[in-house]
Amino acid sequence: MQSSTNEVIQPLPRAQASPVGWFELAKLHRASLASLVVLVFPLVMPFTALAANILIYGLFALGFNLVYGYLGLLSFGHAALFGTGAYFCGIAIVHLGLPWYAAIALGVVGGLLMAAVIGVLAIRTRGIYFAMVTMALSQCVYYLFYEAVDWTGGENGLRGINIHQISVFGLKLDFINPLTRYYVIAAFVIAAFFVLSRILASPFGAVIEAVRENEARARASGYDVTTTRLITFVLSGGFCGLAGALQALHLSIVPIEILHYDTSGIVVMIALLGGMGTFFGPMIGAAAFLMLENLVSTWTVHWQLIVGAVFMICVLFFPAGIWGTLIKRIKP
Amino acid sequence: MTGLSFDLIALQLFAGLALGAIYVLFAIGLSLIFGMLTVVNFAHGAFYMVGAYVGLYVLMLGGNFWVCLIAVPLVVGLFGMVVERFLIRPLYGRGIDYPLLLTFGLSYVMVELVRIAFGKSGYPFDTPEILQGAVDIGVGYFPLYRLFVIGATAVVLLALWLFLEKTSFGLIIRAGARDPQIVRVLGVNVAQVWLIVFGIGTAIAGFAGLLAAPLQGVIPEMGGTILAEAFVVTVVGGMGSIGGAVLAGLLVGVVVSMTSLFAPEMAKVSIFALMAVVLIVRPQGFFGRAGLMS
Repeated sequence: MQSSTNEVIQPLPRAQASPVGWFELAKLHRASLASLVVLVFPLVMPFTALAANILIYGLFALGFNLVYGYLGLLSFGHAALFGTGAYFCGIAIVHLGLPWYAAIALGVVGGLLMAAVIGVLAIRTRGIYFAMVTMALSQCVYYLFYEAVDWTGGENGLRGINIHQISVFGLKLDFINPLTRYYVIAAFVIAAFFVLSRILASPFGAVIEAVRENEARARASGYDVTTTRLITFVLSGGFCGLAGALQALHLSIVPIEILHYDTSGIVVMIALLGGMGTFFGPMIGAAAFLMLENLVSTWTVHWQLIVGAVFMICVLFFPAGIWGTLIKRIKP
Repeated sequence: MTGLSFDLIALQLFAGLALGAIYVLFAIGLSLIFGMLTVVNFAHGAFYMVGAYVGLYVLMLGGNFWVCLIAVPLVVGLFGMVVERFLIRPLYGRGIDYPLLLTFGLSYVMVELVRIAFGKSGYPFDTPEILQGAVDIGVGYFPLYRLFVIGATAVVLLALWLFLEKTSFGLIIRAGARDPQIVRVLGVNVAQVWLIVFGIGTAIAGFAGLLAAPLQGVIPEMGGTILAEAFVVTVVGGMGSIGGAVLAGLLVGVVVSMTSLFAPEMAKVSIFALMAVVLIVRPQGFFGRAGLMS
């Protein structure tokens, strides 16, 4: 028996950092790939206004997916984060007279703040409670904004968010032109892609997924599960707040329905349809959902019937969603 | 403070209890299903709404309110059993979120089907003739129908309590809520028990919808609002606890009716504030989640 006490333990060889196959390469450059798709999208999609809508809801779902897909908490209150972003952006323009970029920043801050408030309360509950508490709290936010008529316009919604022209570093852009508007929105969405990709690739991103996979083990490894959840929820609020702010600029009105329980439901459907816990899923889900809604509503007013049925079929037979199912097939 | 006499407050308290009775019925169905199947039924509001519409349909066919009281729970409960058997059962063992998501999609379909069958606008629902008017309850005149709602809720609760505590089937349900695997090992067909529990839960939801119909009319969206409020009730009372649902349901009803007396614009927000306080002070709710009836 050889003694090995005085032997220096050699560190393991550094894990291969360079990607080997095309799949890993694509995964490494996922944000760039997604940006590329977003940039070409209006060239193949004839309805630019719908395309902008898809971008915004895709970004909203991206934020939701961070909590549901990556952290594993099902929130039914994301309308509050999206809606607060939209209202903060709208109020900044209509009541405070701030420029458009400051309004968007305020929208993001609104999303972060609302997520912090809802998060602190909802994270105290576990498991299935989370869906119920977030839904109830977002309903509360709905009533609060509904009652604050002076600031939000109450039932009529917040009107008059009219941005005709925006200037970026002296460059004047016509915000009325649908294509220009699309690319302005796209610039923010692309920035969000890179930020999200960075978060997910960071050590903190690994902790997020560790909490989802095995809470007890993550806690035993010394990670603060509650704080991780709260921070992730707040980050999600930032993305959703940005999406809401862009929605306010896109629609030039914030309807009170934006805070309705249905909006929370729509983002759940989009995320599941696209494939939860995948990077591209939310955008694909938003495209599929909004195109389906557009298509069905041209021949029947009862589009909710079709959408609900499609969603049920998805839950029963394709729980991985469009992208999740596809990626399983093509993964080498 | 003129006009805010003791009698007025006492009357408002009773009105709150009547409102709370509807919450109680809604929430015990939700709690019963969760306690047994660990399914959060997001379509519970839709079953509640269907209950009101089935009642409306029975009245259209020439039946009276008393026929409704029997027919509605039967029809809605049977429908609930069909849903459990064919839509929810395939999802057991696939994660707690899937039944929730499925029932959420189902609620869209149910609401839209009712819109197709009955139209988008609502209907008034007449209070049955014998229950019209008001009676003197010592502190003032109180609508007879609301008194009936409180009474009917008490009867349902008593029946449910007797069923769960005094029958052998109730014993199986309570045991199944504690540990379904042991119950299965003992030779009980748990799938069948779950089917019946889901049927009972949805039947009670339909019954609650029928009771609420004369108070607030009937519209396809009536289930959405009460679902969020019932979640408050279950969080405050403790999920899976029937005693908690009863206490919290009545409390929420009283809080709503009291704030609408003193600060009407805060009435809707008050119950969520109540939930926030409970979450901070006692996150597991009044009665936690120990067993079904404990």
